[in-house]
Amino acid sequence: MANIATRDAYGQALAELGALNDKVVVLDADLSKSTKTNDFKKVFPERFFNMGIAEQNLLGTAAGFAAAGKIPFASSFAVFAVGRAYDQIRNSIAYPKLNVKIAATHAGLTVGEDGGSHQMLEDIALMRALPNMTVIVPADGVETKQVIMAAAAYDGPVYIRLGRPKVPVLFDETYQFEIGKGVVLKDGADVTLVATGIMVSKAMEAAEALAADGISAAVVNISTIKPLDQQLIIEMAQKTGAMVTCEEHNIYGGLGSAVAEVLVEHCPVPMARVGVEDSFGESGLPDQLLEKYGLTAANIADKAKAVISRK
Amino acid sequence: MNEQMLKEQARKIRKDIVAMIGQAKSGHPGGSLSAAEIVTYLYFEEMKIDPANPKWEERDRFVLSKGHAAPVLYAALANKGYFPVEELSTLRKIGSHLQGHPDMNKVPGVDMSTGSLGTGISAAVGMALALQMDQKDNYVYALLGDGELQEGQVWEAAMAAGQYQLDHLIAFVDNNGLQIDGNIDDVMSPNPVDQKFAAFGWHVQVIDGHDFRQIADAVAAAKAEQGKPSVIIAKTVKGKGVSYMENQAGWHGSAPSEEQVAQAMSELN
Repeated sequence: MANIATRDAYGQALAELGALNDKVVVLDADLSKSTKTNDFKKVFPERFFNMGIAEQNLLGTAAGFAAAGKIPFASSFAVFAVGRAYDQIRNSIAYPKLNVKIAATHAGLTVGEDGGSHQMLEDIALMRALPNMTVIVPADGVETKQVIMAAAAYDGPVYIRLGRPKVPVLFDETYQFEIGKGVVLKDGADVTLVATGIMVSKAMEAAEALAADGISAAVVNISTIKPLDQQLIIEMAQKTGAMVTCEEHNIYGGLGSAVAEVLVEHCPVPMARVGVEDSFGESGLPDQLLEKYGLTAANIADKAKAVISRK
Repeated sequence: MNEQMLKEQARKIRKDIVAMIGQAKSGHPGGSLSAAEIVTYLYFEEMKIDPANPKWEERDRFVLSKGHAAPVLYAALANKGYFPVEELSTLRKIGSHLQGHPDMNKVPGVDMSTGSLGTGISAAVGMALALQMDQKDNYVYALLGDGELQEGQVWEAAMAAGQYQLDHLIAFVDNNGLQIDGNIDDVMSPNPVDQKFAAFGWHVQVIDGHDFRQIADAVAAAKAEQGKPSVIIAKTVKGKGVSYMENQAGWHGSAPSEEQVAQAMSELN
């Protein structure tokens, strides 16, 4: 597979899924060309529902579809899908444990030029706090396709966080995604870099840079943030004795918090979090923003050295 | 339609509402009592349902969008045979399946969990869309409060129902005119409710919500309407049937004392 955005892989996966399962319906809120649900609409127009710019009703209607036995995928930008419709997700989807898949695109800083109003940096925190909710952040196009298929096969609410820009391919076609399972992409002895989403490829870069300095860094892809693969986190903490989390999200409430909760209770080791440090974003090119907010391989490598020194 | 049977059933349901809220020592009697005829009519006359098979795929659906009126729904379901009437006394108590607001995973016959106002009507839209897509002839009924119409989500859902021509969606507005803080026109008027729904492409009727004949005729007219969702604006009396509760906003969300329950029972007998 070429380097594509996870949202592009989502659209392709939906079109494939639609052919495999006629219970799948797709809802959007006037962003189908951007969220790529349009790819499904082209093939299955009778199972595509544009709900207009009305996200509360988008998520509420999706709940109704699920209550009637369908498998709805509801999409909008993450900032609207989660922010505008939190109550509907909580009370109409998570509380009744309805089989709704919320596939939210344009998450994080890499929305870019649209600026802080559109850069969702707290969705993982909000979704992770909801009982019954599964939270998945795929890292590349290959994983995204498998996540969509796995989410459709799973009976219950799932939040899938997708991005706008193209991301490097990390997995080959032999990869097998499983909900709740992390993956060791690179083994190591001195520190573990635990990353999610677009930050997985940054962590791989950081590991290479650290190797040049004689540091052996493991890299773990955590695509399922909830339920978290606690066993793998503990295992890697015991093995390497230090951990750095990497996410395109506020450092509060996301992957870093989830990993810290596990480490504190089961295996306290020096740990640092790479993420947006409790601020909103701003307009700029995605790469400029990642650089400005410290979501870089260089920052990950620096934090890794710092946690190793605290051992 | 056996009007006498329905009247008797509504009277029984009112007594159950007062009794269970009295025993729970909390709950929402006013808006439960105002909807007694509407809910009774739907469950005992109109809807295609099977209490022995609550998840029957071919059933009609009911969404209590004004979820705080859970007691009227629970009383109807129990009297219809979905679960024992004796369980009504466990309302709002720890371990009970009868939560303060309806929980579809705990109560047989509850088609959608509700409680946060405005959410139910969207779910009803989703159900109606799913049934329409499958070309099923089932109907989806929703019951909204008039105060609930202040939620923006209601109008998002109304717009979608009009757009998708959901002629198998029939919504009732329990138009008792009162909400927690007082008269709906003083708090935040949703009026003119009829014109608002009409503007969103709905078929609109205004009826006396305590008159079974008018309810029956309105549902029949709603079903006859092609290509439009229907709303039946039911003029009702909050607290209907219990003299000291009627038209009193204070009885929106407070429970009667033992003496008050006894008085209500004698009035309802």
